[in-house]
Amino acid sequence: MTELQAPLPSAPSGPKVKKFMLVNRKAPYGTIYALESLEVALITATFDQDVSLVFMDDGVYQLVKGQQTQGIGIKNFSPAFRALEGYDVEKLYVDETSMAQRGLVEKDLLVPVEVLSSAQLGELMAQQDVILSF
Amino acid sequence: MLHIINKSPLQTRTLETCLRTAQPGHALLLIEDGIYGATTGSATEAQVRQACATLKVYALQPDMDARGLTGRLIEGITLVDYGGFVDLTLTHSTSHSWL
Repeated sequence: MTELQAPLPSAPSGPKVKKFMLVNRKAPYGTIYALESLEVALITATFDQDVSLVFMDDGVYQLVKGQQTQGIGIKNFSPAFRALEGYDVEKLYVDETSMAQRGLVEKDLLVPVEVLSSAQLGELMAQQDVILSF
Repeated sequence: MLHIINKSPLQTRTLETCLRTAQPGHALLLIEDGIYGATTGSATEAQVRQACATLKVYALQPDMDARGLTGRLIEGITLVDYGGFVDLTLTHSTSHSWL
């Protein structure tokens, strides 16, 4: 019990805001990664952390408008991307090359995003404290 | 920053996407099946050789050894052991383990 009372050596004096980046590279329903990432985004925001979401490769398919999942018996979680703003998650970045490779343009996406080159994404990545890959 | 890749470049596009994202001066560490990207004769050799010009590229020797490919290491790639792996994560402020 005494161990629990001892201050953690690394405990910050005030609330520490870290820069979190969630890198999404998987399509939405074939695996659970996309949904898990969304949950982590919401949790991170709940703890008032600075979170940005990146969509690359098949991850851009998560943001495609008009998803209808009744037929596959899986919850359509894409509307949740529209709710992110309400949790102060407003940094959504999409890789230009990945969109082009899939024949997608910004108006195909269900939320406003910032389209960046891979190089620009690389620069953003290097500025993060924590990067989680999904 | 440090990019870590553990998938074969012939099986997934992870290495390709990482290479167009990584910026000059970043480091790239190939581990597990990622080490196939560090070998000569692979279809991705030219891309990786080109990356060596701007990135510091490392491969985990135990994974190269395990797969019998240590003798086919692309020139310019540095082999590291597990201790070297730890050092790399300490000397770079940000690490991204690409999935």
